[in-house]
Parts: sequence; structure tokens; C-alpha cells
Amino acid sequence: MSATEEPQKLYASREPVFPKRVSGRFRNLKWVIMIVTLGIYYVTPWIRWDRGPNLPDQAVLLDLGGRRFFFFWIEIWPHEFYFVAGLLIMAGLGLFLFTSALGRVWCGYSCPQTVWTDLFFTVERWIEGDRNARLRLWRQGWDFHKIRLRLTKYIVWLLIAVATGGAWVFYFADAPTLFIQLVTGQAAFVAYTTIGILTFTTFVFGGFMREQVCIYMCPWPRIQAAMMDEDTITVAYRDWRGEPRGKGKDRENLGDCIDCNACVNVCPVGIDIRDGQQLECITCALCIDACDDIMAKVGKPRGLIDYMALTDEANERAGNQKKSVWKHIFRLRTIIYTVLWSAIGVGLTVLLFIRSDIDVTVAPVRNPQFVMLSDGSIRNTYDVRIRNMTHENSVFEITLVSDQPLQIELEGQENNTVEVPVDSTLLQRVYVIAPAGSAAADENLTNFRFWVEDLSTETRTYQDTTFFGRDLE
Amino acid sequence: MTEDKNKHPEEQVLMEGDPDTTGHSWDGIKEFNNPLPRWWLWTFYACIVWGIGYTVLYPAWPLINGATPGMLGFSTRANVADEIQRFDDMNADIRQRITEVELAAINPTDNPDLYNYAIQGGAATFATWCSQCHGSGAAGVQASGYPNLLDDDWLWGGTIDEVHYTISHGIRNEDDLNARYSEMTAFEGILTEEEIGAVVQYVRNISGQEHDGALVELGGQVFYDNCAACHMDDGTGDQFLGAPNLTDAIWLYGGSEDAIEYTVRNARFGVMPPWSADASEVGRLSEAEVRSVAVYVHSLGGGQ
Repeated sequence: MSATEEPQKLYASREPVFPKRVSGRFRNLKWVIMIVTLGIYYVTPWIRWDRGPNLPDQAVLLDLGGRRFFFFWIEIWPHEFYFVAGLLIMAGLGLFLFTSALGRVWCGYSCPQTVWTDLFFTVERWIEGDRNARLRLWRQGWDFHKIRLRLTKYIVWLLIAVATGGAWVFYFADAPTLFIQLVTGQAAFVAYTTIGILTFTTFVFGGFMREQVCIYMCPWPRIQAAMMDEDTITVAYRDWRGEPRGKGKDRENLGDCIDCNACVNVCPVGIDIRDGQQLECITCALCIDACDDIMAKVGKPRGLIDYMALTDEANERAGNQKKSVWKHIFRLRTIIYTVLWSAIGVGLTVLLFIRSDIDVTVAPVRNPQFVMLSDGSIRNTYDVRIRNMTHENSVFEITLVSDQPLQIELEGQENNTVEVPVDSTLLQRVYVIAPAGSAAADENLTNFRFWVEDLSTETRTYQDTTFFGRDLE
Repeated sequence: MTEDKNKHPEEQVLMEGDPDTTGHSWDGIKEFNNPLPRWWLWTFYACIVWGIGYTVLYPAWPLINGATPGMLGFSTRANVADEIQRFDDMNADIRQRITEVELAAINPTDNPDLYNYAIQGGAATFATWCSQCHGSGAAGVQASGYPNLLDDDWLWGGTIDEVHYTISHGIRNEDDLNARYSEMTAFEGILTEEEIGAVVQYVRNISGQEHDGALVELGGQVFYDNCAACHMDDGTGDQFLGAPNLTDAIWLYGGSEDAIEYTVRNARFGVMPPWSADASEVGRLSEAEVRSVAVYVHSLGGGQ
């Protein structure tokens, strides 16, 4: 670089993007997905589900205070957090599967950033007009017309953003109650803070940051590059068919691409797909719709820009038979992901159905290991935690099974029974005594089993544990 | 187009519209010199402004003694004091109620909320003030004569009222006139060597341990003359006097011949400070805390 040359700028301003309206099959698919995902997000907290008198009637509720997660007929307690962990692992594997098979479909169709940005684009187009009108408005000076349009747009965006933040908090409390509290100013401070933060992020990310979030803030595009291979179906340009591109009626030496820039104009991240695979591309497929429209108008077959694997391009250029889509998708890698994903799913489902309404954990108190009583007998202490997940108060009887003459006593309770209130956990100190001179008293370790029975439903469960003796040897 | 000998066979081809490169190339891979987004720079400037504001408002710059206090007067120490005060205020009601009910009524059936509070609070207080001698599991230390609080043998009584009295006033201390007080005679020089040996064998006998049967008759006579006044004729002790039961399997200082002989010759004098702030000047615990510890200790398996 010579001294006279203008030094390269270290910082670049964001190039504003004004995507043009487009219609077609992928745009229709995106509309459907947008309606479904936004619908699920906004409506779910308002669905009611009767669980009886003592429990909330909200179908989906993350009760942080009560440490419960309700999902329709499923109720998850904190000790069953592995269900949530399992779902997260499934979500991760599912993302791997979809990415290796179909590229960045998550980014293109269902990522909240994409869906909300799409919604914000729709509002923008509705208020300020399509690409050309918006470009004109952006270039022109500030006058009443521009201020009015901008204000209207920001107000609608803000309403969407508030609704987005507002819907979020309804997942954590009874939605109708919280709604009234929010409106009357009686809701918890944290509810307003959460709505405020989410309103701000929705407004800024959806209205202004847009593709910058995907390019600079999201780690997923970088990770996905490692998940895609030459068989991954992704959005690409048929270079062999389109080039050399050019305008004009005389197309003898030109490819199918008429260089109309329709694909560039509709792109929400402002790139040219004809340059090849790019980090910025979220594979929203709108360029396919735009190009198909043009191809139809000029009387060429569709698919100059299309979903295809990287190997297809070379295959087609060489004039070979195109590999079918299913052959691309069903390969060892995707099959392994599918098997792993299904195995975890089946495992979780089985766990869901075999889990009991009562749960017992036994923690032997090992400080000290044992206590000698005045008659020479040896006593061990156990912290027994009983979770009553049935929906009524229950009396539990704790017994033990052993071939040794072990006796059981409950601290502060009689008859070896203890009442555990509905929907709660009780910690009961349990003593097990081996008479003086018995084998259990004098040996190091004796195994035995605690049985816990819900006397009203006669459900039983057990826990195996050990008894520490004096170990005279 | 001339062939460049230094060109890597898989040299990356730069396309029109690609940004400039830094001029670095590794195995044909060139490094783009992409400019940072401008908003990133603004974010950086905003962080600097935030940082300056922060150091003005909050404690920040280290000085020789302490640090700049900041204009908001923020202090983590004051926050902790506020938190403690806040929790004390929240607990004031339940602590008051704990001091008002009968000790025996703090149980899971009559007052489950008080019982739960006393167990949790008592455990914390025990860990802070009692565990140094009695151990974190309350099992005591026999070698030092710190009693095990888990078993069913009590020197001064294992009812909750007796446990509460012992915690409040302590044992053999001069800070509290109401402290538990017992004094065993050191029999070295009072009893003959033969009598000492015999009474040790007698005590081994009544506690069901191996002993020399020939000395039991003499030992019994020595015991009746010198020990029975406190330990009772049958050796079962007297909790009113703090005299241990010598017939059971539990020994404060150990039941071996050597340990018993040492006790007979020199006597033993364990001490415990008074904990109730109401009972003495050195007491550290409020009545609610003493009661909570009493409930906690009573719930560990030995309570009577």
C-alpha cells in the first residue's frame, strides 16, 4: 500500500437493507410458520388445564416460586430436572440433524430473530411502502410526511415489542391474574423489568440490528459451518446455468441469469447469493421465490437459484444424473443424529410414564457413623426425604426389611408414620437400632431396605441403604 | 496469465467485491481485512462513558487507605448490615413466639412452624457456637470429655427443659451463679493403692465389662463408703447432682481400666460457658437462640 493511497477504513457503517416484497411457495411457507410460531408464543399462556383444586389451572406454567413446571398433564419437580436437560439435548441434536440435512433451516424459518424481524419488515412495508418507496424515504430529508411515517412505524413496532415482552412473563405466573396486576400497576417489579428488557431487545433487534444480530452476535452461524457438508441441502445458485450473466435480448452468449438483481433486492441480509455460500446467508429461500418469478416471466425453467447440495452443482455441470434429495438427506451422519435423537426421546417418554407419584431419597447421616446407646445397642441415623407428588395430603409409613433384628424409630413421630402435606417435600430423621451383641451391631456393614408406603393409595417405593456397626474385627 | 512459482496450488481466489486482505497468507489462505461495524465502535465508546460514570458514582479507585467512596455512598458492608437487619425484622415475630410458648410445645404437631424454625436456626447456631467442642455432628469427643449429645445418656438430664437450662447457664463456670456445678473428689492419697485398684474393678463389674472377680467385694465396700453418695448405691448416678451413670455402656472419658483409674485418682472437671445473654454478662445468645439450640439438640435422637 503506497503512502498516497487512502488508508483503508477500520470501521464500516451498516449498509441499510430494504428487502422487496416477494411471493411464492417459500414465502407462503414462511407466512405459515410465522403465524404458527407467533401463535404458539402468544396464545400458550392463556390455555387453561384443570388439575384439581390445589394446583394452578394454566396449561403451561413455569412456577419458579413453587419450583414446579407444569406442561398440560405433565408436572416436573426440581429433582426431575433431567427431563428438561433431556429436552435441551434433544433440541441440540435436532438442530444438528436439521443443519446437516437441510442447512440453516432453523435460521431461515423459525429462529425468533428471523420471525420477529420478518414481522417488523412486514409492518415497515405496510406503513412505508415497498423497497423503492422505503429507499426514497430513507434518502429524502426530514419533513412532516417522513416524521409521520417513522413515528407510526416505531409505535407499531413498540406495541409488538411490548406484547412480546408481556407474553413472556405470562409463562411464569397465572396469566389472567398477572394481566390485571400489570394493568393496574400491582405486578411484581421483576415482571415490569422483564417486560422492559424484552421490549427493548425486541424493538432494537427486530427494528434496527436485524441481520447484524445473526452476523456479529450469534455463534450459531460459525458452528453451523462445521455441520454442513457437500451433501447438505442448502440455498445455492446454479452457476453453470446462469453464467455468464447479462442483460439484453441477445442471449446467445449469455446464461439464464438476466442480472435483474431480484434475488439481491429481496434478501433480508443484503447479500448476493450468486457469490456462493456465505456466512451471512440464513437460507430464508426468498431469493428462490424471486428468481423463480423472473424465470417464469422470461420463459425459462425455474430453479436457477434453488435448494441443492454442493455436489449437485458439479454433477449437473458435468451433465451427470442428479442425485435425489432423499439420497442426500439419508446418509450415515443424519441417521446417527436421528437414532440418538429418537433414543433420548423414547427414553424420556418411558421415564415419564414409569415415574411414581411418591419419591424417596435416603441419605445416611455419617457424622458420626453410629451412636452407641446406654444399653450397648448401636444406632444409625438416616435423613429420609419424602416427596408427595399426589394431589392430596398423605400419611406415609416407613418400614424396613432386613434379615437382622433392626428396629426403626422416627424422630418426633409415633407408629412409624408421618404425614406429608399435599404437593410438598418432607425431611424425616429416621433412627435404625441394632440390639447389643447382634451381628448388625458388631459387623462393619449391613445392607437393608427402607419401604415407604402411601397408606391412602397403597403405593409403595423403596430405597436400599447400609447400616454401620462397630466393626469389632 | 503467467504462472507464479510461489503460488500455492490451492491458492484462494479473490473475487470481485471481496474486501482487501491484510497481505498475510498461510498455505494459500489469505486473511480478509474486514472493517468492524461502526455500531461496534459506538458500543465501545458507550462502555468507556459508562465506566467513567461508574467510577464516579461507585467505590472504584484504590488509594493508600481504602478507595474512592463514590458519590452514591454505596457500600457492600452497609448492604450486608441492612440485609441482616431486614431478616432480623422479618424473624422478630417468630422469635418472639418461640420465647413465649412452653418449650415442650415446640414440636411438629403443636407448632410445626416454630419447630421448623427452631430446628433450622438451632442447627446454624449449634454449628457456630457449639460444634467446636461437641463436633459438627454433635457426637462429642471422648478423649477430651466433650459429651456425645446424640445418645440417650445425659449427665444433667435429657428433657428439653434440662437441656435448655444447661445451655443457658453452662457447667462449672464462675460467670453464672446458676451454672451446673458438681465436684468429684480426687481420691489419690485418700484411698490406698489397693482400694483404688479394687474400686476400678468394681466399676468394671457393674458396667458389665471384664474384671478381676477377687477384688469386687473389696471394691464394692470402697464404692459404698466413698462413691455411692453421688453415684448412688447401684452406681446408676444422679442427674440432679450431675453424677454419671456408671452401669451403662456410655463413658464420658472412656471405660477402660486406665481411664477409670485416672478418673478415680484425679477426678474430672469438664466446663461449659453460659450461653444465655439474659443469664450472664458473657452469654452470647438470645433467649430465642438458646431455645432453638435446645430444640435442635433435643431432636438429635437422645431427647427424653
